[in-house]
Amino acid sequence: MFQHTRLNSDQNFFQKVKNLDYILIFCILILSIVSLFVMYSTDGGELLFHTKSHLIKLSVFFILMLVISFFNIKLWHVSSYFLYIATILLLIWVSFYGIRVSGSQRWINLYFLVLQPSELMKIAVILCLAKYYHRINIEKVNTFVSISFALTIIIIPIILVLSQPDLGTSVLIACSGLIILWLGGVKIKYFFVSLITFLISLPFIISYLQPYQKLRILTFLDPDRDPLGAGYQIIQSKIAIGSGGFSGKGYLQGTQSYLDFLPEKHTDFIFTLFSEEFGFIGSIGLLLLYSIIIMRIIRIGILTRSSFAKLFCFGFAFAIFIYITVNLSMVLGLLPIVGSPLPIMSYGGSSMLATMIGFGIVLSAKIHSKQVIA
Amino acid sequence: MIKKNLGIRKSDIINRRMFIIVAAKLIIFGGLVSRLFSLQINDNKKYLTLSDKNRIREWKLPPTRGNIVDYFGNIIAGNLKVYQLHVIPEQVENFNYLISRLKVILNLSNKRVEKIKKKKKQLKPWESLIVSENLSWDQFSKINNYLYELVGVKPVMTISRDYPFNDIYTHVLGYVSQPNEEDILENAVIKEKFVPGIKIGKLGLEKTLENDLIGVNDIQRYEVNAYGKRINQLEYQKGKQGSKIRITLDTEVQKLCAELMNGKAGSISVMDIYSGEVIAMYSSPSYNPNSFLFGISQDEWQLIRNNPLKPLINKTLSGLYSPGSTIKPIVALSALENEIMNTNFKVQCKGKMELHGQTFHCWKEKGHGWMSLNNAMKQSCDTYFYEIARKLGVDKLKITAEKFGLGKKVLGEYFENEKEGQFPDTKWKINKLGKGWVLGETLITGIGQGYTQTTPIQLCLMTAQIANGGYKIKPKILTDDNQLTSEQVKKAMQTTSSNEFNIPLYDDPKNIKIIQEAMFSSTNELYGTSYKSRIDDPKYQFAGKTGTAQVKRISKRERELDLKTIEIPYEERDHALYVAFGPYKNPRYSLSIIVEHGGSGSSAAAPMATKLFKLIVDRHQYRKQLPDYKEFDI
Repeated sequence: MFQHTRLNSDQNFFQKVKNLDYILIFCILILSIVSLFVMYSTDGGELLFHTKSHLIKLSVFFILMLVISFFNIKLWHVSSYFLYIATILLLIWVSFYGIRVSGSQRWINLYFLVLQPSELMKIAVILCLAKYYHRINIEKVNTFVSISFALTIIIIPIILVLSQPDLGTSVLIACSGLIILWLGGVKIKYFFVSLITFLISLPFIISYLQPYQKLRILTFLDPDRDPLGAGYQIIQSKIAIGSGGFSGKGYLQGTQSYLDFLPEKHTDFIFTLFSEEFGFIGSIGLLLLYSIIIMRIIRIGILTRSSFAKLFCFGFAFAIFIYITVNLSMVLGLLPIVGSPLPIMSYGGSSMLATMIGFGIVLSAKIHSKQVIA
Repeated sequence: MIKKNLGIRKSDIINRRMFIIVAAKLIIFGGLVSRLFSLQINDNKKYLTLSDKNRIREWKLPPTRGNIVDYFGNIIAGNLKVYQLHVIPEQVENFNYLISRLKVILNLSNKRVEKIKKKKKQLKPWESLIVSENLSWDQFSKINNYLYELVGVKPVMTISRDYPFNDIYTHVLGYVSQPNEEDILENAVIKEKFVPGIKIGKLGLEKTLENDLIGVNDIQRYEVNAYGKRINQLEYQKGKQGSKIRITLDTEVQKLCAELMNGKAGSISVMDIYSGEVIAMYSSPSYNPNSFLFGISQDEWQLIRNNPLKPLINKTLSGLYSPGSTIKPIVALSALENEIMNTNFKVQCKGKMELHGQTFHCWKEKGHGWMSLNNAMKQSCDTYFYEIARKLGVDKLKITAEKFGLGKKVLGEYFENEKEGQFPDTKWKINKLGKGWVLGETLITGIGQGYTQTTPIQLCLMTAQIANGGYKIKPKILTDDNQLTSEQVKKAMQTTSSNEFNIPLYDDPKNIKIIQEAMFSSTNELYGTSYKSRIDDPKYQFAGKTGTAQVKRISKRERELDLKTIEIPYEERDHALYVAFGPYKNPRYSLSIIVEHGGSGSSAAAPMATKLFKLIVDRHQYRKQLPDYKEFDI
């Protein structure tokens, strides 16, 4: 009973509704609508499977986000470790019983949704570390034991995801985790030392990569070495974006996507289609929309009182930023091709689910910004 | 209190570190924006071009070849609409069933069906498969009747080369057929315009003038998807038919040549002695160039190839013959020019001549008696010519012969298969055979036997240059109004259009006159070798010289037997030759006739000249009426 009341805040329902961040919700809604229109375009201007499915998922997960936002932020604090461990278990389950598609074993078929636990891990690792750094004493942050513990939390899921194999998602999980270490106050010196160590050991890491991953890096360095094979995606993507020009070719007029020159246009390369049809102006607009969302999340982080909520908001804002950066750099030919979806825009339930849960927790932090977590 | 302080310190750290991150984010987003800017604004043109290159594909269609017309504008190589049958495999439900239906309807052979099935495997399913290149009208209407049940079948109308006069122009025009790899590699224009189904010139003028005749492709621009499938047509760009080529030949004369040569092997050439225009040029036997348009059948090809009369050789230009007695006007002229003898000089013919223990026979065993130049030419006395050749020497003879066009290509710029022939001299023999010249060889060279090899067109040119008063002309086969691009042909046309009669081939014009008169006697006076073929009407009257070229040495026994032509095996019979010009009073045309293994020139070749001159002179009236006819006054 006591537990129950502690988890319930002293606000009533209407107060909570009043405290919602409407600007953030509005931006998410706009982004969702834009993503629906773009999905419609990838279907060749017809109401086909991808659009319908995207619409259903968006509706369900948007409502889920709102529902989550009404739960007290304390609930998430309490259940953080549990959620992390549950996701780890899902990842282990996947490595035994997961669905295998083109050489990778990443998915669990839940019939209404094909779940990719590694996507959920992106959020879980932030939650888990936010709780860890919330609870730890500031003097102890830079002790060997605490840093090792935090790193272990990051490394376990990375090993599991890498074995699927899925380099892109593991890099994103690592980034999400490390940013909490940074925010939590781990000495800047350590980050520099690790970065230098990483750069020095990069050649050795590359030698351990899978052949197809090496090929991607080679292709990134010189897409023209195999324009019809490995370099095809990146070349076609650059052509599509470049030919979009200032104002784009117009909605449903993107020849590169309409005539099937663009690969993976529903998922990782959705920005390419968007940019081809809406041009430089459209792309800037989309980036601006994402920026507003990120800044809104950071603002909520600043407003909240608890370190847990702060850490989560900042961490999640950074994670969103990293997803966007990696995805855009990839389609713009600035990074090698690693599978990484564009939040909300890309087709795919798990990524959207994780993102919406994240938004939900952020909104919850806003509503319960005065909440003190012991 | 301590705890609170710690809490505040913690949020301070978190907030401070957050702002470092925000700064980093701004820089990174700025980087992304600048990348977008460089791709979409700076390099927009480049990527737009690449995107168009991706989606727009051109389909070239075979261009329409230019027509070739004769002197009077009659089309001798034109274009014909043909009906083809295409199948688009993508639209066909059951391909094997369809093919078996078509096999019945079109009466296709099993071989053809196999070929079609093989071709289908090489094509993409939306590319059209040509089942029949040339449907007859019957087949076409039959297909149209069944069209409702033949889904995926498309009757198509296209254009194909057509030679309305079938075989009479084959050796002049050549023929067209599908290009092979070599054709494409050799000619950049063909490479550029190549499309499946294009036909290019394989021989003759069709080949020489390829770049002018070929025309410009029609171009269809389609939007295609990533797999190459056509989505929709963006543009249809009409091409241009190739240039029209007008040649100097007269179809009526050419027809008569073909008729005269029917069943025989040989050649007839007719030339305007002033303009150098070739009026007729026929090599017999010929073959039908229309057979090559859609791929000649193996059987028909073997029939042409194995024909003992060798239809594939253009005898007018590449046939090498001993000129026989047709060389005598040149020998006589050379002797006169070199002042070896004059018209009063006489030789006694006893039927043979002894030299260094070797006997040289005259064709007339009993001998001609005392012979002067005029008489010797008239009766074609060999002994007389042995004697003047001996006195003249082969080296001087060669100079005259070469001046008149022997041993040189005549239409080499237009026909790559033309041969030079040869006229020997002492130097030639040492260089070529490594042996010294023997006087006996001079004697037989004097009657057109031995090493001398000439083409019929050379003999025609030689005669023309005697007939026009001894002036150099450059023969031509294209009229001056043709606008052509080929450099070599242009150059040749420049020299031909400047036939100005300022290069005399004689030292003394009287000598030419003497030869002309001697040739007149040979045809129009009693005992002349071609007296029987003469025409008395001065309108058509012509002068000529017969020739009978041995193909093998006559043995003593054969000489005694004196067999008739038909009693000798075909390959051993003499070639019959005749050169002539006319009308005698005001000459305009020269001709040369060669009938391979035809026997004597007077019986096999000269009679053809009678018919030819009648027609040629009549046709001259029509030639005169054309705007580019030129009167020459020398």
